[in-house]
Amino acid sequence: MKHCLVVDDSRVIRKIACTILESFSIAADEAEDAATALNYCRVNMPDMILFDSQLPGTNGLEFLRLIRREPNGHHPVIVVCTTENDVEQITEALGAGANEYIMKPFDREILESKLAQVGLI
Amino acid sequence: MTPAEFWNLADLVRRRSGLVLTPDKIRFAESKLAPIAGRFGFRKSAELYAELAHPREEIAQAVAEAMTVNDSSFFRDRAPFEHFRDVTLPRLVKARETQKRLRIWCSAIAHGQEAYSLAMMLDDAGLAAQDWKIELVGTDFSAEAVSRARAGVYSQYEVQRGLPIQLLVKYFTQEGENWRVNDRLRHMITFRTFNLLDHFGWLGTLDVIFCRNVLMYFDEHTKSDVVHKMADALAPDGYLVLGDTIGSVKLRPRFEESDLRGIYAKPRAAGMKPARAAG
Repeated sequence: MKHCLVVDDSRVIRKIACTILESFSIAADEAEDAATALNYCRVNMPDMILFDSQLPGTNGLEFLRLIRREPNGHHPVIVVCTTENDVEQITEALGAGANEYIMKPFDREILESKLAQVGLI
Repeated sequence: MTPAEFWNLADLVRRRSGLVLTPDKIRFAESKLAPIAGRFGFRKSAELYAELAHPREEIAQAVAEAMTVNDSSFFRDRAPFEHFRDVTLPRLVKARETQKRLRIWCSAIAHGQEAYSLAMMLDDAGLAAQDWKIELVGTDFSAEAVSRARAGVYSQYEVQRGLPIQLLVKYFTQEGENWRVNDRLRHMITFRTFNLLDHFGWLGTLDVIFCRNVLMYFDEHTKSDVVHKMADALAPDGYLVLGDTIGSVKLRPRFEESDLRGIYAKPRAAGMKPARAAG
């Protein structure tokens, strides 16, 4: 079973994302901030990270770079999920290590489409 | 809408577009007709329903267009497009390396996502830089759908259904809340309103036909007629790409399934046998 870490400061968004992921037989864990997520990944690198790059007090791009520098940091598919939707921000995220990008708001169909694109389903 | 009015509608739509409306679509029909009634100045939808037995030409066409299904997405169902990129296109490029010309028809394009998906793949293949002439034609029964496709403007929701983010960045520019396909891609496609019930002669000989998720809405006679016309228009080594759901479409003897579900080729000429390995 594939394994995803959902990183978002909104408990509601985390629950919605986890429910959708689990409906596709992807095991999902949650982290509410980048530091927790980084510690989690150091112990148990997931197959995918669904990451809100606008977490309070977090430099989203720096988080992406830190993950990619970890041992096995190349392994997870990283999908940035954010309300930032201009081309420059998308390009920066891709340059920092993101594989895909979801512009909020999203729904089940969009997440399903992205999971298919990155080969998780 | 009364049953009699619905049958008048179904008859009108079948004669104009070949689409079969079954009685379970009555609520769908009412929701689609409400804006048509407003556009043509009817005070109530019921007044439009009463007109359906003998409608004016412009009303009949608007009603028939409104009943088409325009839902689509970029790289819809993925596999047919990956097959096009990885198998169909390389085979045809090899087969046409002398002529350096490919003709592809994307029929029933709805709002254009599938046609642009093909255009992105063709652009990425870099054939134009090698002096290939690529003709990509996108058609739909609905003039409104063709107009939207030609404009190439999509909502944030639409560009997130099936379109990899790298391709969004490469081929689109942001316009407020929407995203517009760049001119280079738009100019790769010739858009045209076209009814699959009409003659295909103007299309000439085609190397690939995409006709996805359409035939199942037609009656048996129309399905058969369209399949024969597509077979006549397709080059002997061309490909027909249908949707996963083709219902009761009878493709034999004009087509046989290729190495991927939903993709069809013409049967090899009778008497032709595969070359036997030496020894």
